[in-house]
Amino acid sequence: MKKYWTLSLLPLTGVALAAGAPDTGDTAWMLVSTALVLLMTPALAFFYGGLVRQKNVLNTMMMSFGALGFVTLAWALAGYSIAYGGGNPLVGDLSLALMRNIDLSGSMPALLDVAFQGTFAVIAAALISGSLVGRMRFPAWLLFITLWTLCDYAVLAHWVWGPEGSALLKDLGAIDFAGGTVVHVNAAVAGLVGVLVLGPRKDFGRLAFLPHNIPFVLLGAGLLWFGWFGFNGGSAYGANASAGLAFTNTLLAPAATMAAWMLLELWRYRRATAVGAATAAVVGLVAVTPAAGSVGPLGAIWLGAIAAFPSFFFILARPRLGLDDSLDVFGAHGLGGIAGALLTGVFASEAWGGVPGLLEGHAQQVWIQIVAVTAAVLLSATMSFVLLKLVGLLVPLRAADREEAVGLDAVLHGEEAYPTTEGAILVLDGERRGGAA
Amino acid sequence: MKMVMAIIRPERLNDVLEALFKAEVRGLTISRVQGHGGGTERVETYRGTTVKMGLYDKVKIEIGVSEDFVEPTIQAILAAARTGDVGDGKIFVLPVERVVRIRSGEENEAAVTPLRQG
Repeated sequence: MKKYWTLSLLPLTGVALAAGAPDTGDTAWMLVSTALVLLMTPALAFFYGGLVRQKNVLNTMMMSFGALGFVTLAWALAGYSIAYGGGNPLVGDLSLALMRNIDLSGSMPALLDVAFQGTFAVIAAALISGSLVGRMRFPAWLLFITLWTLCDYAVLAHWVWGPEGSALLKDLGAIDFAGGTVVHVNAAVAGLVGVLVLGPRKDFGRLAFLPHNIPFVLLGAGLLWFGWFGFNGGSAYGANASAGLAFTNTLLAPAATMAAWMLLELWRYRRATAVGAATAAVVGLVAVTPAAGSVGPLGAIWLGAIAAFPSFFFILARPRLGLDDSLDVFGAHGLGGIAGALLTGVFASEAWGGVPGLLEGHAQQVWIQIVAVTAAVLLSATMSFVLLKLVGLLVPLRAADREEAVGLDAVLHGEEAYPTTEGAILVLDGERRGGAA
Repeated sequence: MKMVMAIIRPERLNDVLEALFKAEVRGLTISRVQGHGGGTERVETYRGTTVKMGLYDKVKIEIGVSEDFVEPTIQAILAAARTGDVGDGKIFVLPVERVVRIRSGEENEAAVTPLRQG
């Protein structure tokens, strides 16, 4: 369970170095975890980039990379405070804004938490892009994710992980070890709302959109899994027993999801697909995220296997629903996250250091999980809708049909992923720069 | 017999194929080509290197048709490939001296007439 470092609340000015020696082991693990979680966003860029058509791959990857820039700043300057500042149960105050009152004290440097949590905010915003690829204008995207980080993500993070006694869902007893609701359900619902506001791509339902580079998809899924060891293992906040459990569960649950998924595909199509396997790994990782430090290893395997079913059948049916959630963010992250959150209530185990769940006779936990997921869905749906409408008033949300047809890489970014050199004429600025060439 | 050769925008290809199939034009070959017509250049930037892309990606469609099919083929392409902007492409109609269907050895009109299926 995430702990808030009360030390960072002390109104210290300037840099106070280590009031009490830092725990080197814990600090080392959090440094590594932060880097691991950061890697997940470029990994997601490859995962999504491989799934889209060649003419939109750079735009798709830039939606993730844009988050690395804009969301990181929004988070560090204000988002962190909204999430982790005291305030009231609904929203944090601005006592930590601009990283004031945060120093290097504590068993690990308090400032490091801003970075660690920042990498979560970045991947959450980047995840939304999978629903909206191929049609959104880039400036609108950047504005949307910046506002979304402040008004939605930081608020939900406060509800789930905020300081004890002023965090709505944490105080209720909801378990979200590493962000199944805060990151995945939250982003997936935002994506779904985005699809409804922006509408489908212009050729949706008429043309088949095929992935342009499936090895990219596998590369991205593999790197996501690698980074996820920091996402879940790091959420133990130290190099400790809980981290060991979360880490191992992060290996076991996705393996079970992949096995179940491949068997489902073999049963249905007689072929196990590469895109399917990559999707399954992500679904399993999403599902185990809320549970990682609260369920035993066998519980994680069951959780992973069961979580394959809702996502598999929803993704199968999705195109027929007329829903252009282009890269199945809702199917993978939304349903995977919801299944994971509810199953956490089932498999949570006192013996493994969590609170007891349904199987240990505490049925109430499932009910608490349902309430927490519902609250997250409602917040995200409302906030995302309002913010998209607001952004739409300021800048155009959608690319024109012609731009969509030519491809967003060339039109919005002035680049091609795989440019041909033939016919490229070098433009020298006025030719008078001292005769280049 | 004529060879109808059209250069079109890649993003219109699906519409053109759909229109041709509706007009019952079946035998065709496509290739991805690059070319330059009257369109304005597209400017791209790679780390400070600015380039004008003088060549555009296009799709070339080649269709061998009997005389009766020349006009329907042209009309189908026109209707489906036109956007009204510079760069929509061209249609060329060329005379064909002789056509041989490899499988059967049939020649000319018989060789460009699709088989009745079923």
